[in-house]
Amino acid sequence: MEFLQYFGGVFEPVSFMLLLGGTIGGLILGATPGLSPTMAVALLIPFTFQLEATQGLILLGAAYTATVAGGAVSAILLRIPGAPANIATALDGHEMARQGRGTEALHVSFLASGIGGIVGVLLLIFLTPILAQWALAFGPSHLFWMAILGVTVIGSLDSRSFVKGLLSGCLGLWLSMIGYDDIQGAQRFIFHDSLTGGVNIITALIGIFAIPQVIEMLAKGRVEHKVTSVQVESQSLFTSLKLLGRNVKALSIGTVVGSIIGLIPGVGGQIAGLLAYDQTRKFSKDKDSFGKGNPAGVIAAESANNAMVGPSLVPLLTLSIPGSPTAAVLLGGLLIHGIFPGSDLFDNYPEVAWTFINSMLIGQVLMVIFGIWVARHAARVAHVPPPIMAAAVMVLALFGSYSVQQSMGDVYVMLVLGLSMYLLEKVGFSAAPLVLGLILGPIAEANFIQGSMIANATDGPMVYFMSGTLNLFLVVLVIASIAYSFISTRSANKTGAPA
Amino acid sequence: MSTTADTSRVQHLVPGVIILVLAATVAYLSFTREPADAFLFPRFISSVMLLLAVWNFIRAFLGMARIGDGLSAPVVRNILPGVVIMSVFALFAAKYLGFYLASWFAFLSVYSLYDPASHLNVKTWARRVFVTTAFMAVIYCLFTLLLKVQTPRGLFL
Repeated sequence: MEFLQYFGGVFEPVSFMLLLGGTIGGLILGATPGLSPTMAVALLIPFTFQLEATQGLILLGAAYTATVAGGAVSAILLRIPGAPANIATALDGHEMARQGRGTEALHVSFLASGIGGIVGVLLLIFLTPILAQWALAFGPSHLFWMAILGVTVIGSLDSRSFVKGLLSGCLGLWLSMIGYDDIQGAQRFIFHDSLTGGVNIITALIGIFAIPQVIEMLAKGRVEHKVTSVQVESQSLFTSLKLLGRNVKALSIGTVVGSIIGLIPGVGGQIAGLLAYDQTRKFSKDKDSFGKGNPAGVIAAESANNAMVGPSLVPLLTLSIPGSPTAAVLLGGLLIHGIFPGSDLFDNYPEVAWTFINSMLIGQVLMVIFGIWVARHAARVAHVPPPIMAAAVMVLALFGSYSVQQSMGDVYVMLVLGLSMYLLEKVGFSAAPLVLGLILGPIAEANFIQGSMIANATDGPMVYFMSGTLNLFLVVLVIASIAYSFISTRSANKTGAPA
Repeated sequence: MSTTADTSRVQHLVPGVIILVLAATVAYLSFTREPADAFLFPRFISSVMLLLAVWNFIRAFLGMARIGDGLSAPVVRNILPGVVIMSVFALFAAKYLGFYLASWFAFLSVYSLYDPASHLNVKTWARRVFVTTAFMAVIYCLFTLLLKVQTPRGLFL
């Protein structure tokens, strides 16, 4: 129960204000169609430079949680999911709103998000120290395989093509090698002066996640922006609580599915929401009512997509392997403060780690309170015309990337990566494995070099990297993740689905 | 083979060739540059990358790469002005005009070019200039006053 000692840190004036600001800002950003949680967190990182590590992480964590939940607002009122994680919410949520039950849908959505989120963070609290203890036994070869596994799992699961997913991961690993080699000091792949210091992670994250969304907004051209919002009537919260009470089964299924999905790297909120929705429908006595305004659909989807937030940080905090693109962005937020997560995070920086985790717990409560209050007004941001949104995100990306090292070189790198990512996405490549490769590259390389040194002094690389139960287990997981992707791509080809 | 299928094949073939050339260059540099120890990991990764790039190229060449929407001519026409504005900002405007003024122009240009409202209406332009100036004022407060970021100054701010 070590975490209880650090609750005070969350209530320090600056920290609490940041938590509040991150939650309310995240709810509004989440309700904005086209702004994904990952992009919102990436654009916020430059604002954490002046803050202490704990405060910066509190802001990023609050924004992460609230953007996922905030996406439900536009899903329910406009039938436009704020983020992919809210796709399942739109199915029944919008139908409820059309039937004049919009407030009820918003209430149960935030209550379910809050409950799912709290369970997810509690899992994070209790699982993380256990895994961290276990991770202490990891040597360089294990950490190398873990990093490779992170890339292959996300390359396999987050992409619609086996080859392109893995190739995206390799491109990310290559980008991470640009600059000076840490051990020999040799120049590697420096094709331009802007690359002398390597590709800065924050710059890359802003480019990869923000610029493609800007271009996507511009791709529609000069079109009239028409959003039809459903009017919502006031309704008592007590009625919504009773409704939630009648749908405990949906809430339980959503929370369990979300928590499990969160622990699997690369699967993400979208799958969690859709899977929980599908399972709830299967277990329901009234299957036909789904898609026609059944609150159980909203409750299952929202509890699942927020329950996965906490567990998705477990591999990041214990093994320094981000389980999702947003977790990768949070890793960037840790690294700029000189904190490297891993098995010794809780020994070296217990205050930072526990205050951050506790803030996520408090953040869930604030998210419910402010979500219910802000929800009806937050939908208004969806009426902001796309040209203003695109111009605003573009300028934020320019300033954000420049402010990382106060260098124009970073702005060039950000724009080149952003434009390239947009073009790559158009032909089926994926941003998530590329980012994971970029972030995990240094971890994989450092452990590969250390392992090679140990191997040269002992039995050789084959024995060192390929023997022992844990090494073999990780190698089997790497192969299994690739094989799964290969088989699913082939079966998709046979059924005629895009692959 | 239909024109659409041909277009789709070319759209996958071009990036396939570019990535293959990139992977081959990375592999060549990794295996020829010294000191060898510094390129140990790049050799491992570039070999896998080259293998996957060849595989991807073959799939694209055979017309088997079918995912992704590709780029249509109207989409290219729509995004081109925005991409040009960003490029002009990065390559010239920020340095010669100053970061803030260049950003102000970039914001106003993107907003105006993609705003469906009439370009001949004075009120529309007044609204665009007001929104741009207000947004840049917020950015100034955040980055210069709060974060103390020193932006490049050209002729102006």
